[in-house]
Amino acid sequence: MIVEIGHFALILATCVALLQAVLPLAGTMLDRPRWQALAKPTALLQFALIVLAYAVLTHGAVTDDFSIKYIAGHSNSLLPLPFKVAAVWGGHEGSLLLWVLMLSGWTVAVALFSKTLPLAMVARVIGVLGWVSAGFLTFTLITSSPFERLIPAPADGRDLNPLLQDPGLIIHPPMLYMGYVGFSVAFAFAIAALLSGRMDAAWARWSRPWTIVAWMFMTTGIALGSWWAYYELGWGGWWFWDPVENASLLPWLFGTALIHALMVTDKRGGFKAWSILLAIGAFSLSLLGTFLVRSGVLTSVHSFASDPKRGVFILIFLALVVGISLTLFAWRAPKATLGGKMGLVSRESMLLANSVLLVVATAAVLLGTVYPLIVDALNLGKLSVGAPYFNAVFVPLMVPVVFLMVPGGVAHWREARWAELAHAMRWPALAAVLVGLGVLFFSGRGTWLTAMGMALATWVVAGLLHQIVMRMQKPGRIAPSFWGMHLAHLGIAVVVVGITLVKGYEVERDVRMGVGDTVQIENYSFELMGVSEVNGPNYKALRGEVLVNKDEKLLEVLYPEKRRYFSSNMPMTEAAIDSGFFRDLYVSLGEPIEGERPQWSVRVYYKPFVSWLWYGSILMVLGGLLAVSDRRYRKSPAALAA
Amino acid sequence: MKPRHQRMLWISAGLLALAAAGTLVLNAFQSNLVFFFTPTQVAQGEAPQGRAFRVGGMVKEGSVKKDGENVQFVVTDFAHDVSVSYTGLLPDLFKEGKGVVTQGKMQEGRAFKASEVLAKHDENYMPPEAQHALDQAAADKAAKSLKLPN
Repeated sequence: MIVEIGHFALILATCVALLQAVLPLAGTMLDRPRWQALAKPTALLQFALIVLAYAVLTHGAVTDDFSIKYIAGHSNSLLPLPFKVAAVWGGHEGSLLLWVLMLSGWTVAVALFSKTLPLAMVARVIGVLGWVSAGFLTFTLITSSPFERLIPAPADGRDLNPLLQDPGLIIHPPMLYMGYVGFSVAFAFAIAALLSGRMDAAWARWSRPWTIVAWMFMTTGIALGSWWAYYELGWGGWWFWDPVENASLLPWLFGTALIHALMVTDKRGGFKAWSILLAIGAFSLSLLGTFLVRSGVLTSVHSFASDPKRGVFILIFLALVVGISLTLFAWRAPKATLGGKMGLVSRESMLLANSVLLVVATAAVLLGTVYPLIVDALNLGKLSVGAPYFNAVFVPLMVPVVFLMVPGGVAHWREARWAELAHAMRWPALAAVLVGLGVLFFSGRGTWLTAMGMALATWVVAGLLHQIVMRMQKPGRIAPSFWGMHLAHLGIAVVVVGITLVKGYEVERDVRMGVGDTVQIENYSFELMGVSEVNGPNYKALRGEVLVNKDEKLLEVLYPEKRRYFSSNMPMTEAAIDSGFFRDLYVSLGEPIEGERPQWSVRVYYKPFVSWLWYGSILMVLGGLLAVSDRRYRKSPAALAA
Repeated sequence: MKPRHQRMLWISAGLLALAAAGTLVLNAFQSNLVFFFTPTQVAQGEAPQGRAFRVGGMVKEGSVKKDGENVQFVVTDFAHDVSVSYTGLLPDLFKEGKGVVTQGKMQEGRAFKASEVLAKHDENYMPPEAQHALDQAAADKAAKSLKLPN
């Protein structure tokens, strides 16, 4: 009975979403404030209904109600409680429900935090979000309802995919979804601006904090996904250029470009049409990501659906969103006025270069991601695009983006002078060159790539320190957004250091070890003490015991496991990692090798600075947090004009 | 130089840079396309020599031979076989009688030297390329059995 209430709540939510989509927008066109005022109550009601539906499904998962087909397919009575809760979004249907829950959550946030916005603007934004929500709710109900019954109910569920039984999973999908869905707010603001014909600085100022928050979630989600792959897949990689990873990187790149373009629109009134295009693009790429991940055209741990109807539905939805927005854009964008003049060398021109490079990088990654799918769909053969392509294309495009962070921060708006720029950047340049040469000649295995990576990171850090010192010598309060920008840029530099050093100096050894055997890497020695059998709640495992000595002294005991899950009979490698600030030691247990003496294949990895990838991501997110805390975003337009 | 000329110069420089970037991208793209071939196609000599490609199908029962980190196995679509050698640790879900996709190059003779054995994420899941190889071979067989003997 409870399950049917959940289903019914979802149907009601769809009706309310349609009201929310139609009435406020109609109100703005017919100039009826009462209709416009319906935006907030409908958004709140829709949210309440979806929360109810979501709670019902979670209740089913926690109480092991295997008469719900979805729960029977993705949970199991032996599953620990946190994973039962996470199982709600561990499959296609439930993750869609999470999608719409978050969308309505974002809508409510817009409704609550928009007191300073004009009523008509709020009505337009919430109306557009209503259309998106109505589309996805219809999709959920028609093709993938999580409330379908399975009668008679099976005695036990099929269990959650063991790869997903991990604390990382509990937070990774919700974070990523918050990012994907969050770009719908930036999109709704852009469409609202087009509808109203008011593409002014105020519009940019309103959408900036929303874009940054969505970007923060996206950054967190991508970093968590990469971290999960690193420690859960058991082979120590952290980025594979897997289409699913690319699907999350594409909107992130566009979102990053959007954040920077909106700054120009806000401060200088320029790049208006460009910002709107980027907002439409970021959301379209989010939808494309959802399509790629959820339609089953890709094969990975993320794609559950095999029903072609689902893919077609998302594709039609995507086509509608892109088609309608671009038509609207073509119709209204010529009305956008040009901003202030910009010099060839100015902060604007640097930000333009940033935008162009990020968009080109997105296009290159997109090409490599969808080309195999298109070729396959046209029946022209099966092929894939290798990781070397992405590295060869992405790295050269990102180097100038990172490089521009320093002159972009130094250059004046409107017009900057070469001489002034050069003068302001002389110390960072010197530091970068010295570090680069140092790495190249004195670090043993330094190549020109590691030298360049380290020089680039030094350039950014020295550049931002220099800018902070210069700023502190000037009078006046320093705005949080200033610190936010530099913190986020510092995060990028930290990630660059991580990538450079782990690529340049990692040691990966796949060896066979018997009990008592030792492997030496750098000044660490790894000794296999034994392998024993242990029992987990829903699996059995072989657990190795590996003593790690550093310079002959005991440092740590690692316990890598090879698990076999009961319900799915699926084997899984659980790596043991000793994580440190400067290096990770990574041991994973492979297959037993037959022979006179029992031996196992073991992966022993030394990964210098790999944690800096996640530290840098955390800094970026904190930078975003500081930037949105800036009070200027919460002032009313009138107060800003004063 | 007039400001207008200077601007034109910058814009053309920008366009040139973009064109150069585009050429590099497409070049890298071209050389990193990895095509998929079924064991039947490999047996008929359609697969390229000296260039990496993928081959997939079923791991033939009883074909896996391990010698330390060196592994040998046979990939089959039940019409033709390809013998594969690989050095390194196999993914968790690699098993005889299950689907597999490997990437590598053809060696002298007819052995395939794999540089990568692609991991699967789910026990029940069959790599679509491997499935495609089996379907293709089955379709060929069905077509042949329909032909009348001369």
